[in-house]
Amino acid sequence: MTDLALSGLPRADLPLAGLRVLDFAQFLAGPVAALRLADLGAEVIKIERPGVGDLCRSMVVNDQRLDGDSLVFHTFNRGKKSVAADLKAPEDLARVKALIETADVMIHNFRPGVMERIGLDYETVQALNPRLVYGAVSGYGADGPWKDKPGQDLLVQSLSGIAWLNGNDGDGPVPTGFAMLDVATAGQLVQGILACLVRRGVSGKGGLVEVDLMSAAIDMTFEQFTCFLNDDAGQPRRHAQGNANPYQPAPYGVYETADGHMALAMAPLTTVADLLDCPEIAGFGQDQAFVRLDEIKAVVAGVLVTQPTQHWLDILEPAGLWCAPVLDWPGFVATEGFAALDPVQVIRTKGGREAKTSRCPIRIDGRMLRNPAGGPALGADTAAVFGTVPAPA
Amino acid sequence: MRPLEGVTVVDFSQFLAGPYAALRLLDLGARVIKIENPDRGDLCRHHYVSETCVDGDSTLFHAINRGKESVTLDLKTEAGHAAARRLIERADVVIQNFRPGVIDRLGLGYEAAATLRPGLVYGSISGYGEAGEWAGLPGQDLLAQARSGVMWLSGNRGQGPVPVGLPIADIAAGACLAQGLLAALYRQARTGEGTHVQTSLLEALIDLQFEFLTTWLSNGQRPPERLQHGSAHGYLAAPYGVYDTAEGHLAVAMMPLATLSDALDRPSLAAQLAGLEAFADREAIRERLQEVLITRPAAEWEATLSAKGIWCARVRSWAEMRTEGGPAVTGMLHAGGELARVAAPFRIDGARPMPVARGPVLNEHGAALAREFGFDPV
Repeated sequence: MTDLALSGLPRADLPLAGLRVLDFAQFLAGPVAALRLADLGAEVIKIERPGVGDLCRSMVVNDQRLDGDSLVFHTFNRGKKSVAADLKAPEDLARVKALIETADVMIHNFRPGVMERIGLDYETVQALNPRLVYGAVSGYGADGPWKDKPGQDLLVQSLSGIAWLNGNDGDGPVPTGFAMLDVATAGQLVQGILACLVRRGVSGKGGLVEVDLMSAAIDMTFEQFTCFLNDDAGQPRRHAQGNANPYQPAPYGVYETADGHMALAMAPLTTVADLLDCPEIAGFGQDQAFVRLDEIKAVVAGVLVTQPTQHWLDILEPAGLWCAPVLDWPGFVATEGFAALDPVQVIRTKGGREAKTSRCPIRIDGRMLRNPAGGPALGADTAAVFGTVPAPA
Repeated sequence: MRPLEGVTVVDFSQFLAGPYAALRLLDLGARVIKIENPDRGDLCRHHYVSETCVDGDSTLFHAINRGKESVTLDLKTEAGHAAARRLIERADVVIQNFRPGVIDRLGLGYEAAATLRPGLVYGSISGYGEAGEWAGLPGQDLLAQARSGVMWLSGNRGQGPVPVGLPIADIAAGACLAQGLLAALYRQARTGEGTHVQTSLLEALIDLQFEFLTTWLSNGQRPPERLQHGSAHGYLAAPYGVYDTAEGHLAVAMMPLATLSDALDRPSLAAQLAGLEAFADREAIRERLQEVLITRPAAEWEATLSAKGIWCARVRSWAEMRTEGGPAVTGMLHAGGELARVAAPFRIDGARPMPVARGPVLNEHGAALAREFGFDPV
């Protein structure tokens, strides 16, 4: 069994040690992909506009800053280096191109066409460095009616039908309240880039990986979407109460108890009826679990609300029924389950400010991947990094 | 050449998280061999949602397992165990999602497998990690969501917990595992070292919430607050959210209030918003904006405001996305043939891997694999 208390591999022992990644991206999906590569051992150098840098530096959420940059910036960019370069200035561009020749991976999320105008599109860059793996993030791919729409998480959730999967029947659209598509897109970019690096070991050649938030949205729903495509292509109807997945039969969902809420996953109705001592539930046949789910869930809800959550857990869990209390963050971080994962790490900026953030969710050889560095000050590594490449003629 | 051509994945996992990781590797070019129990196979074969099924197996099963090979092995018998060992000896990647401890008892844990196949890349997914009092709990998506705090981020104030209505923990954990496996394959090619990659539904859920959790851990644990209506992000200032319109709904992303107010072209609105703080007064600001946005259909707002550079979108259903989304959407959806399917979310060298339609019949490849890998058909 893995000892979760172990933490931190020496960086030289990480799987991507020795890999150099240039991160031209801003905000979320691109930088978070680069963050994952950094946590796995790569050297990540952000290339930022002089003066302003990644716009995320000034995107202050909940009024929180660290060393002048938003806490969110540090969350997405911890452990990276920063080079300030004006890609429209020939001398800076020449330096960046020299840097690209030394890199294994580059990532950008400019709108389609921008890198072509700058002269850092895949074809051009491939000529500079045939071994380079080039990752591009967009909102909706390079073509189609939506290609010029902003590639922003909430908007893609709204366009992709995800807002109609959350919440209950009769509610309006309910978006997922965090940037789920940005994070998913980042993960897919990492997968494509790493696969191309594996191929490079065989072929010696780089590759182009393109991901977009809309494809990520479809992928996140692929299970349900496949049902939709093969069913009657009708929008799935959310459950009347406690909806947690429109395609799941009763009792799947969340329920109020006398002192909180609990979740019930898939379970045979007869088992539910027995454990809740409620023959009315058994009156519905298993073949009705989907077609009459609202009626069945109403009966289950009427029973569960009469007793506190723990009362039900004590009955249901030992019987093997899939259930859980619904926790909020204070409840969650106070659990032994949270402590066992040890998912928090402290990062420290150059200026000595500290903040807590989550660690990489991937463990390697039983070790957790941690990196205590904060995000870089804008241009902090410009001289050092450009010092490693030949000056432009 | 697909990036992972020549890579063989032996997948002992079932349901979604593990098989999703294997599906991504498959789309990237790997060969995936599913090991299933002879009794009924992957439980997902019988997990019908919305009562749709194809060829006796659930639609869901085909969505998750398209293009894979299937062999049934009873790992508790000597013959089944021997066959599993033969497969592992020639595998590049092994994936398993048994409850913690089970695979070790079966004698096919990382240590044992790495002895059979030095340099093996081995991936394990659990619900909640391998230690602690949650380790033995069922690693099911909704239950992991319930425990992770994520249910308080969606929906509106006063609404109670609102789960994400799709298996987000499974898919995110599968994606994390795929990333770790690929990083390990990269290292294996360079150094020959094997790796054990582990993640869990709960770690993936924490990672999904990392932007929020970092804020919360640093702000004295002031929780994000959902709005009364149209909430979409508990820490972001107005106008971020979803608004009712005369017809349909409009999602509006982050932007300076003055920018939106100018684009809406209502001088009275600018006056009403003057002096209001974008974060502290977001409920009041939302009400003022709602009064304006309710006067016209969402489609009109989307057209007018987008033309002025405002970040907004009319909320679509799936059917609308499918007809209006163009190649970005249709490239992901393959509706021809016996079974419509969803393709990989990435393009490699300009092309999206074309998905085959269906998953394997239980033990469809048993005999062929037995010949190829040299074990007795079981």
